Amino acid sequence: MIEYDKLVNSTAKQIKPSGIRRFFDIASEMEDVISLSVGEPDFHTPWHIREAGIASLEKGRTRYTPNRGFTQLRQEIAHFLLRHYGVEYDPQGEVLVTVGGSEAIDLCVRSLVNPGEEVLIPEPSFVCYVPITQIAGGVPVIIETGPENGFKLTAEQLEAKITDKTKLLIMPYPNNPTGAVMGREELLEIAQVVERHNLLVLSDEIYAALTYTQEGHVTFSSLPGMRERTVVVNGFSKAHSMTGWRLGYAAGPKEIISLMTKLHQFAIMSAPTTSQYAAIEALKNGDEDIAYMRGQYDMRRRLIVDGLNSMGLRCFEPEGAFYVFPSVKSTGLTSLEFSEKLIYSKHVAVVPGDAFGASGEGFVRISYSYSIQHITEALARIEAFLQEV
Amino acid sequence: MAMEQILELLQDNAQLTPKQLSVMLNESEEAVAKAIAQYQREGVIRGYHALVNWERTETQKASALIELKVTPKKDTGFDEIAGRIMNFPEVESVYLMSGGYDLAVTVTGRTMQDVAMFVQKRLATIDGVLSTATHFVLTKYKDGGVIFQSEYEEIDERGSNLCD
Repeated sequence: MIEYDKLVNSTAKQIKPSGIRRFFDIASEMEDVISLSVGEPDFHTPWHIREAGIASLEKGRTRYTPNRGFTQLRQEIAHFLLRHYGVEYDPQGEVLVTVGGSEAIDLCVRSLVNPGEEVLIPEPSFVCYVPITQIAGGVPVIIETGPENGFKLTAEQLEAKITDKTKLLIMPYPNNPTGAVMGREELLEIAQVVERHNLLVLSDEIYAALTYTQEGHVTFSSLPGMRERTVVVNGFSKAHSMTGWRLGYAAGPKEIISLMTKLHQFAIMSAPTTSQYAAIEALKNGDEDIAYMRGQYDMRRRLIVDGLNSMGLRCFEPEGAFYVFPSVKSTGLTSLEFSEKLIYSKHVAVVPGDAFGASGEGFVRISYSYSIQHITEALARIEAFLQEV
Repeated sequence: MAMEQILELLQDNAQLTPKQLSVMLNESEEAVAKAIAQYQREGVIRGYHALVNWERTETQKASALIELKVTPKKDTGFDEIAGRIMNFPEVESVYLMSGGYDLAVTVTGRTMQDVAMFVQKRLATIDGVLSTATHFVLTKYKDGGVIFQSEYEEIDERGSNLCD
């Protein structure tokens, strides 16, 4: 008998598995479940984008691409970032095409963080930052955000966690799971702290296209002095409904991007070729798709926020992504208890907020990446549930 | 104009209530209800239907697209003849077309036989109809903007993948 336990990498072994697997196993065995738990668009990839992928296959374009991604794709990414967010990047040296935004996050952390250095991670947030930091040998330092600030990071919260070992700040906005968005004024205060303490920033802007504020999305690198300190991560999954194509990108200073490219080159080689062809089409002719989908999400958002608030599940207004993060404290239940009771009694699946960090306790994540009919039915069930609790 | 979004939303889902529409569009419920009433009064909203895939039911239905070549009338053009045709309850739609023929008529009956008889006895005999060409619908892949064919139907295959 091989004792794998003693042989395998100890860092990998110590990483905590996602705490809610058990919960999802319940959902998957149940019939008639109405899920509000997924984290990807319900829209299909627009047909013209799928067609571009198919056409590339028909022409036999099935080989590796350059490590950084097709030149044309990087040019289109640079155009897109300039057109939508007003930031200029050189497609030659400052853009890297990756396998989803996730790979870009991993590459960025591994390229910047030395063993023992600290990475600041605002929570609640996407579940990957802590394990990625740990694998890189870094030390995750959690900054707990809360409803009193609309789950936005404040300069005071940031300042309080900075030590002489702090290397990198992760900025997860628009935020999964809370839907929080940070506007220019709020970001400027963060930028001042970043500059004063000489930090680097990984700005995970995968939900940028799904921002519902008047101001629109503000890219962290567009703030004065931040371009040279920031790696922006974005991608096609949420903006263009292309999750399964696994395509994202990073834009940043060429010194960092070239390091990331080196790691990418050895681990991945190049992002999927078919996906890159489809992505070129998405960027050239997909702006209307984005506007349409954002409009649809926005209407659902208003519907679900109104529905939850009027049944007594208080939620602050989410301004981005496709999640609401209502408080369930009024029920006297924990996030997990609420979610379990809800799925057992009404067959509605939501995600307990503490899956996204301890500060998510007392909240649940509800996705509105579903049709109006689906959302309406789910809201009716939740309302019935609340009357029984 | 702003209220015309109501039409788009109702065309997609006629079950939306004025309350839901008002929240989605950031308008007052009264304003939405008033706009809908006006659209109905003005004949902009002509009805609310369920989109049924009859092929999945026990009920038999046969439909056909019929191309009609007709002689337009001197004063009324195509209107009069179109008016005669659309009064038949079997007729679902009547369009005036550009190109190789004049009127496109869709007809639904219980069987193909019924439809054929209707064309022979009712349409072909109308004064001014020069010729008919009947094309039977074999399968509806997509209708009213919705895909009917099961292998292409909308299936939610999304998992609860936390790595999103």
